[in-house]
Amino acid sequence: MTDDRHKTPWIERKGNLTWIHRGLWIACAGLALADFFYHKHTVFRIEEFPAFYGLLGFIACVGLVFGAREIRKILKRGENYYDR
Amino acid sequence: MIAELPPGLILIVGALLIPLLRPHLRPYLMLALPVAALVQLLTLPAGLHAQVDILGHSLVFLRIDGLSFVFGLIFLIAAVLNVIYGWHEDDPVQQVSGLVYAGAAVGAVFVGDLVSLFVFWELTAIASVFLIWASRTERAYRAGMRYLLVQIGSGVILLAGVILHYRATGSIAFDRLELTGLPTALILFAFGIKCAFPLLHNWLQDAYPEATVVGTVILSAFTTKLAAYALARSFAGTDMLIWIGAIMAVFPIVYAVIENDLRRVMAYILNNQLGFMVVGVGIGTPLALNGVAALAFCGILYKALLFMCLGAVLFRAGSARASDLGGLWKSMPWTTGFCIVGGASISAVPLFAGFIAKSMVLAAVAEGGHWIVWLVLLAASAGVFHQTGLRIPYAAFFARNPEIRCREAPLNMLAAMGITSLLCIAIGVYPAMLYAVLPYQVDFAVYTASHVVTQLQLLAFAALAFSILLRHRVYPQDVPSINLDSDWIYRRLLPAFVDVYRDGLRMMRFRAIARAQVRLNRFIAAVYRHHGPQGVLARTWPVGSTVLWVAVLLCVTLVFYYIE
Repeated sequence: MTDDRHKTPWIERKGNLTWIHRGLWIACAGLALADFFYHKHTVFRIEEFPAFYGLLGFIACVGLVFGAREIRKILKRGENYYDR
Repeated sequence: MIAELPPGLILIVGALLIPLLRPHLRPYLMLALPVAALVQLLTLPAGLHAQVDILGHSLVFLRIDGLSFVFGLIFLIAAVLNVIYGWHEDDPVQQVSGLVYAGAAVGAVFVGDLVSLFVFWELTAIASVFLIWASRTERAYRAGMRYLLVQIGSGVILLAGVILHYRATGSIAFDRLELTGLPTALILFAFGIKCAFPLLHNWLQDAYPEATVVGTVILSAFTTKLAAYALARSFAGTDMLIWIGAIMAVFPIVYAVIENDLRRVMAYILNNQLGFMVVGVGIGTPLALNGVAALAFCGILYKALLFMCLGAVLFRAGSARASDLGGLWKSMPWTTGFCIVGGASISAVPLFAGFIAKSMVLAAVAEGGHWIVWLVLLAASAGVFHQTGLRIPYAAFFARNPEIRCREAPLNMLAAMGITSLLCIAIGVYPAMLYAVLPYQVDFAVYTASHVVTQLQLLAFAALAFSILLRHRVYPQDVPSINLDSDWIYRRLLPAFVDVYRDGLRMMRFRAIARAQVRLNRFIAAVYRHHGPQGVLARTWPVGSTVLWVAVLLCVTLVFYYIE
């Protein structure tokens, strides 16, 4: 076990990836809470919604990936499609 | 006259001397040229210079003002970085065409009339195609041909617009144009092609990834940003551009997600970044135009940096396709670091270059009250981070499978990437440096709690989404494939029409020939029947039968005679 720990770089150890993932959850929670502790300069009313930017970023990325998965079904071709 | 020498001309004329030098001396001249041009630019006072009167028209080769200065400056900085990045490359074709291309773009930025603009516009097209052909593969040759057709087409449309505009107004000044009729619409269309507007965009994703390692880095800087400059110069405040830009900012990211070739992913992201600039031009306020100039300045740096990193990967690992790559951080730690800096810059992480530029455009959009476009651009920024800040570094350097072993990039490439990274960070940390050269007075505080926290929130949640999708294996797999895009129209649909038409014609011809042949055969058969060896008219008749027939005729004549 100890030998293995020396061989495998930090970032490739399974447990550490989970820690990075958990760290992201904590960072997101922290930044969402931060919204209550400073004066947010807003132009639109929707910005005043707590953690608006975070939620938008999350939804945009998930939507993007799911959208792209569907579109790929229509658009995907073999690498030599145009060479035939 | 030397005092008024246009900086672009220094590059173009100087580049032609390169092949005359010994190979090991060439890079030094190549470095000296953009540095000399940079010095020349910094010594030139603002105003109009190098005016030539031809046929009653004044051609202006040098107009130095706020807008042209900042674009000229970044073009020349990019030219210097490109030379360092390509130091190892001993290919006169790329060396000459790369500098002529940069010179043409710099030349185009400083002209003050549309005719000179057209000349440099076409020169960028012709010079740059050699960077694609320099790959010397059949595939690159064809992609280069398509690229050249589109680019030259853009120039021809520009010329048509300029001629009509001159007939209508009597002016060839390269200044603000009102979108009122066909002439200016044609000029906007020509700019739109080079700026990769939606549906006019695909030459970019088609051609750039086919260029050489160094060529793609050079290409990424000039053509599209020249078009953004031309739009900012002539069509600032044109409402239509706000929506065109918003579409441009979104749909290329969807393609980026499912694209396997990472240099092509970057080409789509480049297209998306142009969308932010086009929106800024459409808003047209001083803040927005400052944002456009800042975004072009930073964008050239961080996109060049990312293309440099992917070029280094292609150079050492032999592929830039996500499905072939992984685990490169052990072999190429420096390149990995620079790629992360590039990703952070393009994703507008605070303290990196993109943040200080993108904030200006977003603020200008919000001030204009365009809340839908504002939402779209925010979502697009999250998408950009997702693709370039997370996916590219992950796919190339950190993915587990396969693990590629190779050497770190050559020293000159590392130097170019290092300098570009430093510039990205320096601009992010001291934005005043860049704000000082923007076209309008800057009255914009970028490092406020509001800007920083909201941006960090956006990015952290986007990263969380990436992590969740990856852990649950929802993320689209990187597999060898291509995706249909608008180039399908001219690579498949139109050729198919031509094929159908051609086949139809061919069938008609075959049928006509077949029918004619049948008739001819029948005619020959008829002639043969009557005149052939057994034909009635070809028979040799005995004298007796002739006498008999003569007798019969005589009898008939007698009978008629008698009856009468």
